Amino acid sequence: MKKLFLLVFALAAFWFALSAQDFSGTISKGQQPHIAIPDLRGTGDAQKFMAAFNQTLWNDVNGSGLLKMVPKTSYPLTVPQQPSDFDSNSTPGQNLGGRAMSDWAAPPASANYLAFGYTAIQNGVFVLRGWLFDLSQATPTAAQVIGKNYLGSVDEAGARKTAHEFAADIIARFGGQSLFGTHIYFVHQAAAGAPKEIWVMDWDGGNQRQVTHFNSLSIEPSVSPDGSRIAFTSYAKGTPGIFVFSVDPVRDLHFYNQSASVNSAPSFTADGKQILYSSSAGGCCRIFAANPDGSGFKPITHSTYIDTEPKVNPKTGNDVVFVSGRSGPQQIYHMNIDGGDIERLSEGTGEASNPSWNPNGQLIAFSWTRGFAAGKFNVFTMDVASRRYIQLTHDEGKNENPSWAPDGAHLAFASTRTGRTQIYTMLGDGSQPPTRLTTQGLNFSPIWGK
Amino acid sequence: MFNRRKIAAITLAATLALFAAGCKKKAPPAPPPPPPAPAPTTTPPPPTPAAPVVAQFTAEPTSIQRGQSSTLRWQVNGNATAVSINQTIGTVQNTGNRRVFPSESTTYTLTATGPGGSTTASATVSVTAPPPPPEPPPAVRPTVTLEGALSAVQDAYFDYDKSDIRADAQSTLQQDAAALKSILADFPNATIVVEGHCDDRGSAEYNLGLGDRRASSAKDFLVQLGIPADRLKTISYGKERPQCTDENESCWQRNRRAHFSPGQ
Repeated sequence: MKKLFLLVFALAAFWFALSAQDFSGTISKGQQPHIAIPDLRGTGDAQKFMAAFNQTLWNDVNGSGLLKMVPKTSYPLTVPQQPSDFDSNSTPGQNLGGRAMSDWAAPPASANYLAFGYTAIQNGVFVLRGWLFDLSQATPTAAQVIGKNYLGSVDEAGARKTAHEFAADIIARFGGQSLFGTHIYFVHQAAAGAPKEIWVMDWDGGNQRQVTHFNSLSIEPSVSPDGSRIAFTSYAKGTPGIFVFSVDPVRDLHFYNQSASVNSAPSFTADGKQILYSSSAGGCCRIFAANPDGSGFKPITHSTYIDTEPKVNPKTGNDVVFVSGRSGPQQIYHMNIDGGDIERLSEGTGEASNPSWNPNGQLIAFSWTRGFAAGKFNVFTMDVASRRYIQLTHDEGKNENPSWAPDGAHLAFASTRTGRTQIYTMLGDGSQPPTRLTTQGLNFSPIWGK
Repeated sequence: MFNRRKIAAITLAATLALFAAGCKKKAPPAPPPPPPAPAPTTTPPPPTPAAPVVAQFTAEPTSIQRGQSSTLRWQVNGNATAVSINQTIGTVQNTGNRRVFPSESTTYTLTATGPGGSTTASATVSVTAPPPPPEPPPAVRPTVTLEGALSAVQDAYFDYDKSDIRADAQSTLQQDAAALKSILADFPNATIVVEGHCDDRGSAEYNLGLGDRRASSAKDFLVQLGIPADRLKTISYGKERPQCTDENESCWQRNRRAHFSPGQ
């Protein structure tokens, strides 16, 4: 866990260093290492899973945004399958058609790194032998960065698992964190007017399944820092109220709702020991903090207008971003967790909502109509300290509810760019086209957790 | 044991026999047979034919309300060549019945004619006017559900991102207040829910608050006009329950509203 956090921090620092260079929305990629990942082959029956394996490995490494993928068309003809395939007696400049590391380091491939290996079925287990070589080194022995066996079940899922794990190790070498094993909670509606339920899926859109069965309006999910609980708002008992569920197994933990016509927009504190939410108790709406069972609630803000969407800084645990209409149209504000030092982060133009902390505690993502008509939200990121922001989407439908992934590099968000609202992921710098994760019905409000 | 029971049975039988013998009366001697009838000594004159006899002529019932029926029954004995009943009934069989529907009190006369002459009999059916129709039940209101009644109450509309009651909403709510008072009187146990709705442009989370403020504003306004506060509840639907989903001001305005629905 600590290791992950350090990685997140390292990546975030790296990301921030990049983003600080240029706030116009384009980020220099000149420093990215180039990696070649030729298709791996399987021995015997293992081969039939290799199409899925190779696609997964490629997508994961490419999706990290940390490495420049060398196109497969520029690879040498001979692909090594294990370190002994390299001819260690080659002389510099000699072209061995792929059997020399220099064949990969030289044009046209011009790779800095090479990932290779093979798979086989051994004793009823799918085995991947994977290596990552640093091509700047003189000898294969010195070049080996990763050399490891990965085990999976003998089926496509097992092959994908080994690919995800290999990719995670590669990404980790460059300061990244794999998203493998993370979950995205979201709101699913079969059709307009139908009930809304909380659903969950794997980080890549796989394994989509229903969590709540209230046959009501269940919205605004959030996830605890350790990924074990979700909080959300539901009309299951009449007026909108807060529910807290464990996720494995799915169980109602019975959050106590104070008497109010609206209790909504719950989220967890950094230590998971408190829940912040918006309540109309005493006048709509103020930010409250309560214990995870709803007891001990107390107001944090004392607005005379709408305060909602409180999000505690996951790094410091003691400062909060939230949405308020106190100065007119809804904007993003920042305060201490005791309600002090309130300041507006967004400029006051347009409407801003849906703040989400990057795990680094420095950046937020949010949706903003700045520069567009009311309702035309786009995803932005902002450095909270400097209030400098970057626009990531550009008027391709409504783009709302960005949520940082645990790796601090990716965002999930909801967009109407293809018509009905669906869930997408993208790199937090907007440098790759978004990947669409949902297709059925209408899908809203993604929240990315462990 | 066995003997004792046997003895008891014999004793009882003997007792009953004695008792039965004691009660028997002596039968009187049978009377002598009557003497034979004397033989007729003279030839009787040929009988003069007798007039028919009206054995029965009744009306049942004898008293009816107008529109009801009575049944005439008759039986003529003896030598009748013709039997008739007046009042347009005409010739009938010697024995019979007939339902009649007199509209007023009527006396029916049966005439039986034979070689021995005529015999008449009469039966009267008295007809009374029907009673006046019963009092109609007290007038009832057409059955209206609370939902139906509330559907006639107008929505109050709001400006974008606002929850204050604008001028047109004030006059709407004043009309609504009168209607709601009447509805609350008709449904004394009902509560009414003031729903707050928003158009889909603000964020869903913020609109949950905005809808709550709109519902509260409308409720407060109605309470000032005399609607009991404890009979109005509020709920915010934010932008979760739009009436329309078009992206234009006409649709947005329709969704920025306070709407009334039945409470539980």
